[in-house]
Amino acid sequence: MAQYEIKINGKAHQVDVAPDTPILWVLRDHVKLLGTKFGCGIGQCGACTIHVDGVATRSCSLPISSVGESSIITIEGLSENNDHPVQKAWVEHDVPQCGYCQAGQIMNAAAFLDQNPHPSDSEIDKAMNGNICRCGTYVRVKKAIKTAAEQG
Amino acid sequence: MTFIKTKYNRRSFLKASTAAGGGMLLGFNWLVSCSPTAEQLLQMPEEWFDVNAFLKIGNNGVVTIMSPNPEIGQNVKTSMPMIVAEELDVEWKNVIVEQANYDIKKYERQLAGGSDSIRKGWQSLRMAGATARRMLLEAAAKEWSVPVSELTTEAGVIKHSSGKSAGYGEMASAAVQITVPEEVQLKDPKDFKIIGTPTKNVDGQKISKGEPLFGLDYQSEGMLTAMIVHPPAFGMRLKSVNDSAARAMSGIKDIITIDCLPDGTEKLWSDVNAFPELVAVVGDSTWEVMKAKKALEIEWEVVSEGESTTDYKDALSKLLEGSADEPARKDGNPEEAFKNAAKVIEQTYSAPFLAHNTMEPMNFFADVTKEKAELAGPIQTPEYLSKTVASVLGLPEDKVSIAMTRMGGGFGRRLYGNFGVEAALISQKINAPVKLIYSREDDMTQGTYRPAYEVKYRAALDEENNLIGFQIRGAGVNGSPVFANRFPAGAIDNYMVENFNLESNISTGAWRAPSSNFIAYAEQSFLDEIAEAIGKDPLDFRLELFEKAISNPVGEKNDYDAKRYAGVLKLIKEKAQWGTKKAGVSRGVSAYFCHNSYVAQVVDVVMKDGEPVIQKVWCAVDCGIVINPEGALNQIEGGIIDGIGHAMYSGLTFNKGKSDQNNFNKYRLIRHQEAQMEIESFFVDNGMDPTGLGEPSLPPVAAAVSNAFYAATGKRVTSQPFVENM
Repeated sequence: MAQYEIKINGKAHQVDVAPDTPILWVLRDHVKLLGTKFGCGIGQCGACTIHVDGVATRSCSLPISSVGESSIITIEGLSENNDHPVQKAWVEHDVPQCGYCQAGQIMNAAAFLDQNPHPSDSEIDKAMNGNICRCGTYVRVKKAIKTAAEQG
Repeated sequence: MTFIKTKYNRRSFLKASTAAGGGMLLGFNWLVSCSPTAEQLLQMPEEWFDVNAFLKIGNNGVVTIMSPNPEIGQNVKTSMPMIVAEELDVEWKNVIVEQANYDIKKYERQLAGGSDSIRKGWQSLRMAGATARRMLLEAAAKEWSVPVSELTTEAGVIKHSSGKSAGYGEMASAAVQITVPEEVQLKDPKDFKIIGTPTKNVDGQKISKGEPLFGLDYQSEGMLTAMIVHPPAFGMRLKSVNDSAARAMSGIKDIITIDCLPDGTEKLWSDVNAFPELVAVVGDSTWEVMKAKKALEIEWEVVSEGESTTDYKDALSKLLEGSADEPARKDGNPEEAFKNAAKVIEQTYSAPFLAHNTMEPMNFFADVTKEKAELAGPIQTPEYLSKTVASVLGLPEDKVSIAMTRMGGGFGRRLYGNFGVEAALISQKINAPVKLIYSREDDMTQGTYRPAYEVKYRAALDEENNLIGFQIRGAGVNGSPVFANRFPAGAIDNYMVENFNLESNISTGAWRAPSSNFIAYAEQSFLDEIAEAIGKDPLDFRLELFEKAISNPVGEKNDYDAKRYAGVLKLIKEKAQWGTKKAGVSRGVSAYFCHNSYVAQVVDVVMKDGEPVIQKVWCAVDCGIVINPEGALNQIEGGIIDGIGHAMYSGLTFNKGKSDQNNFNKYRLIRHQEAQMEIESFFVDNGMDPTGLGEPSLPPVAAAVSNAFYAATGKRVTSQPFVENM
């Protein structure tokens, strides 16, 4: 066990965990931020996507020992009032079915649009390929990203 | 207008509360459980009045409607309350939706399965709203000393012809004193305002904010985390455990073994779990428990032979070579027809096991004491879980409570609540509240899988290319996929179905549109093969068969309405402009009936780099009245992508009882880049009572795809997943 201070959504948190503890479980079990989801544990599904210094990252495969001073943003910290253009577009297009993967989809899409504000269709498809939606909401995910790109 | 007796499900309409005056103040717990939005909180009433089990009305007119059924992503948490709100006659913006807990005393069928929530809830939901509306009207009539017949309602306001009016909130305290009416009047569907209006998911905002809605998010004071270890292969069981290293690890509280189906347990249909004896690791945090699992030294023993993919594939093929003792259906004289045939067409189709792979792995919370068991989590069948938990824990059933969380997918897996029983047993044994979590590997390798299937179709043609005989032999692991009385039964004079069962120690169960998810592919592909052999357009050939089933049906037990079936085909023919050639586009058609709904689809395929690529799916649906067109379209799109994805890419294979795939790096699911086809859907507007929609768009699409692929490439795909068999 070791003491860590990590910055999540602009706030410092002290946790006492083993160095190999993935950030996903630090968030969920210790900081009690439950919006970041557990899907596969091996970085294959994208449900656990967060931003680390602005980059979309699979938190299930990121040990706390490697985070250091980096700034972590989770779905809870993406916007103050659920008004990030991606979140607004998600509501507008009524994207979710079960909803479980959607925080990861939104976080992945938000980081992608930060880097590429006016993406082509194929750039969107490629960027979102790591996020599985078992309900098959992919068509709406894409429509929402296009709306967010227009309005962001 | 329809008048309907309230006797049906009347217990739901009796006051749930005996609080003085019928009103009750609801506390913080309720606000947490339904988590209203910020705007809704601002308009919170000072007092709520419980009118019946489905709804309560605030003194300011805000209405809370209970969603009785489990929410797995089929969006019943939006559509079921819409039906209540319609008959109550309130504005949807003044409705707060609350997920009901499992309560067999209040609700009739709290189950998510069979695409039945709306179909079976339709009457009771309408009556819940209509009964409450009637009680409000009677209360107003009494207060104003006017006959009820002079009163009308509009958007939550009661109006009298004199001009007098009152909001529902003002009449709520008086309404709860009114005797529940013997008979209520339902709206004429042409007056529906909420039903038929595209309405956003009630949890949409909360989902995009990442609010804790799911079972895995459930929190309770002092709660520990548990994970299980199950045998590494079907046919094996626990022999011994050496847990000394794991016990010494950081954060580990206990390591125990449990038996979920001890001798003498009366098994329900939901108790199909192949691994009742498990090792459970309990600790403070998930990661610590995950690490301790790896430090366990466990010995397993073989109780029955572990099967490999070649074993059951060979066994299924062998079954199809023989005759069944008794056909499941026989019309006319099929043997004679095949003997006299000028030509016989034959094809065998097959598909592998599939895992459900809900994105939220199996999990459940349980807090069990000597007196009671409190459970919470994602479950499609709370009633069955409650019964099994009571029986295994040795508690009376009324001492088991279940709170239903939103589910990160179901697809049938959460019909089988072994994980809930496991959580309850672990909590009982360690005497503490516990949340059980499966890893993805635990989830994928301990499934109630879609069985592997093989089916052989034969068609007899005479000299003039008339279809004179039809024979189906279907075999599956733990059951044949063939529905003997579904189409094309009824449309062919000489017809025979034979079903074969291959017993296996691999646990199987319902997977979105059970059996249909495969048989629609085989049947609708084979019909194309016949159409080609006799030189007919595949869509017109199907319509001819339906004409026969309408005008001169064969047999009496045909489980479909041939007119509605033909209706969706005609609609898609018109909408997709079937028959007009588009340069570079190859097309396939398919139609299927399940869950009382009819679906026809046309798939357009183009060739890219020598490979067929799906460009567009056209879909016509007859599911009667569409409650929420927005949610309905989402279900249809999802079913189509799910159907394409599993037909194209997915499969679970076995080696000596152990699945070769245990996570998404080995088990292929459709991904974003593969799901970029356009989907356009059309509804038949017939005003009939609503039927299922969570499943029916899935089964036909695999055949529409394979038929389009055949049109594009000249090669027929007869095995799933397509990518491995093209």
